[in-house]
Amino acid sequence: MEKIPILKMGEFLLVTIQVDMHDRLAMALQDDLTRAISETGARGVLIDISSLEIVDSFIGRMLSNIAAMSRVLDAETVVVGMQPAVAITLVELGLSLPGVRTALNVDAGMDVLRRSVGASEEMYGSRLH
Amino acid sequence: MSTISVSTKSVKLPDILAKHEDRILSDWIQEMSASVRRSDLIKESDLRSQCAQLIRLLKQATANEGANFQAPAFDRVRESLGEISRSRAQQGFKPSETAKFVFSLKPALFTQIQTESAGNAESLAAELWSTTELVDAMGLYTMEVFQKTREDTIRRQQEELLELSTPVVKLWDGILALPIIGTLDSARTQVVMESLLQAIVQSNSRVAIIDITGVPTVDTVVAQHLLKTVTAARLMGADCIISGVRPQIAQTIVHLGINLLDVTTKATLAAAFAVALQRLGVTFNRATQKT
Repeated sequence: MEKIPILKMGEFLLVTIQVDMHDRLAMALQDDLTRAISETGARGVLIDISSLEIVDSFIGRMLSNIAAMSRVLDAETVVVGMQPAVAITLVELGLSLPGVRTALNVDAGMDVLRRSVGASEEMYGSRLH
Repeated sequence: MSTISVSTKSVKLPDILAKHEDRILSDWIQEMSASVRRSDLIKESDLRSQCAQLIRLLKQATANEGANFQAPAFDRVRESLGEISRSRAQQGFKPSETAKFVFSLKPALFTQIQTESAGNAESLAAELWSTTELVDAMGLYTMEVFQKTREDTIRRQQEELLELSTPVVKLWDGILALPIIGTLDSARTQVVMESLLQAIVQSNSRVAIIDITGVPTVDTVVAQHLLKTVTAARLMGADCIISGVRPQIAQTIVHLGINLLDVTTKATLAAAFAVALQRLGVTFNRATQKT
């Protein structure tokens, strides 16, 4: 069975979705990702969907679910590289993914992650010392 | 009895057309008064050849099929009529002038029918009736094509307008602006949204400014379209700023209870541009003049 790889990059996890998502694959990704976050203690998750061309309401909800779950596990989620057609479809479906952070590409997404993780560390650091 | 009238019907018109072709042609052209002829739009010789061709085709068609305009034998006639009608629609003829062009054939034919069936009232009546029906059908068909050509022109212009009216301009490296001029409806919003999102991807821009200075009114539908565009841009990872909100529009938005709280709005494009630069971390200093 095909599987979506989850790569570890420093304290972040990198997920690139390069196949058509179907429901079972999405559920499996949700399982794998939450497990990977808790095992590695990752602080951020970057999901690259630039090659995803078709979405439905299930995949849309899955994306916001993953973001919410990661937040519970103390990891920030950034979705990057969404295609215009996908964005339009999600908006027309009424899914604006309120809790999900977005960026144009992997570079910009990494910036967002670094900044947010850095900011939270600063905050905790000043409290601890 | 009825069979006789049918046979006269189908035999007579082609005979008349064949016998008096030249006469009918000159009568037809004569019949078109100066206002219908429009010598400023079409040359006398062109008009003459158009008419001659139509009569010739009509002669062939009626010889095969009688006066049934829907029959396959009339394909060539329809084709020729359609061509004339289309070219007239494009040349700027009035609908009535185009209709008159066809209907002027009627008196020309009637004169010949009358002389041919002199004394035979019954066949005259039958012949006149079938000829009237035929010419009417030709006229109606011509008008249909004329109308369709006009509609096509309008549709094409609408599409062109749609494309023209959505330019996406680059203000800075990473900042796009989309000045919207004119009323936003669903079809236009779709084009606006698509071209903006496409431009965001292509130019890799982080901030997009939608300027609505040129939008005359904002109602709930327009506001919803704007919100959709902003949300879609956000999903792709770009920030959207709406600028050019005029005082009346601000009032309308509040009175309608539209929630624009999640969207950055600015009164002018300049203000929006300043915010966009700030988000990109660009700052300006006025250069001090060296003496």
